[in-house]
Amino acid sequence: MDNKPRLWLFLLPLGIFLAAVVFLFKGLYSDPSKLESALIGQPVPTFTLQDLYQPETRHDASIFKGKPMLLNVWATWCPTCYAEHTYLNKLAADGVYIVGLNYKDDREKAIRWLTDLGNPYQVSLYDKDGMLGLDLGVYGAPETYLIDSQGVIQYRHVGDVNDHVWQQTLLPIFKDLK
Amino acid sequence: MRMITLLLVSLLSVPALAAIQVYEFDNPQQEVLYQQLTKELRCPKCQNQNIADSNAPLAQDLRQKAYELVKEGKDRDQVVDYMAARFGNFVTYDPPMTPATIFLWLGPLFFVLGGLAVLLVRTRKNTALTDNPVMDPAEQAKLERILNGDKD
Repeated sequence: MDNKPRLWLFLLPLGIFLAAVVFLFKGLYSDPSKLESALIGQPVPTFTLQDLYQPETRHDASIFKGKPMLLNVWATWCPTCYAEHTYLNKLAADGVYIVGLNYKDDREKAIRWLTDLGNPYQVSLYDKDGMLGLDLGVYGAPETYLIDSQGVIQYRHVGDVNDHVWQQTLLPIFKDLK
Repeated sequence: MRMITLLLVSLLSVPALAAIQVYEFDNPQQEVLYQQLTKELRCPKCQNQNIADSNAPLAQDLRQKAYELVKEGKDRDQVVDYMAARFGNFVTYDPPMTPATIFLWLGPLFFVLGGLAVLLVRTRKNTALTDNPVMDPAEQAKLERILNGDKD
């Protein structure tokens, strides 16, 4: 027997071992609580929801068309939403168009929150039963969706939006939205 | 007096009972399907809990939605597809075969085939050895003598 097949036989387990090392090493730093949205590349689901401030005003999915924007899912019972609120105010002041989705919350508390902390939202949707939240696959507030001018969801961020997340992850995608 | 106390106590216990979700189904099959689905669907918020075991608000919502869909007459696949369209395949404990999960099905087969290949190569080597006895005629003759029971 010549030596070539034997070398190959020795290298094969080594190769499998190295592949497993890379795979498991990556696993050490991945966050199991982060899920990729199933709606990437799909339009915002159809809905009809009340405006947070004016119950008689209804909004539907057409509000997401016309320009790239953020959809921010928040609630007053959500501590991380409180943490990110200042940064959202800053983004809004910088001219970023943000739609707020008040998720499974109390209308009065939500209005008081926006009055006290400032309102970064151009439109505020009131999703008392979490029906749009369910259709969006929201599994934990806050969540922030990047939506292009056609109303198609391009990215979802779960967790708070802060300077690091915005500069490193969201802004590069947001800039490229058409 | 005692009757009144009893009555009051029984009235007090009503809110406690109401906290447990009670679902009414049209037929036993629907109930079985609902139970199966709540065990099979995974709570997206929780780490490794099905929606039957979790008391997270999201799990409650998904149970409610699963109940509504079952009540509408949807079958198992339709409910799972409905959830997967919103939460991804993470939501089911019985994920479909996709390029990302194909290894789960082919992995074991890969190892079995690998083992078979190793076995085959080894046995072939062994038979190759036994088919070509390395004995000269003198040794052969000696072996036959021993086998025939002749002692020198």
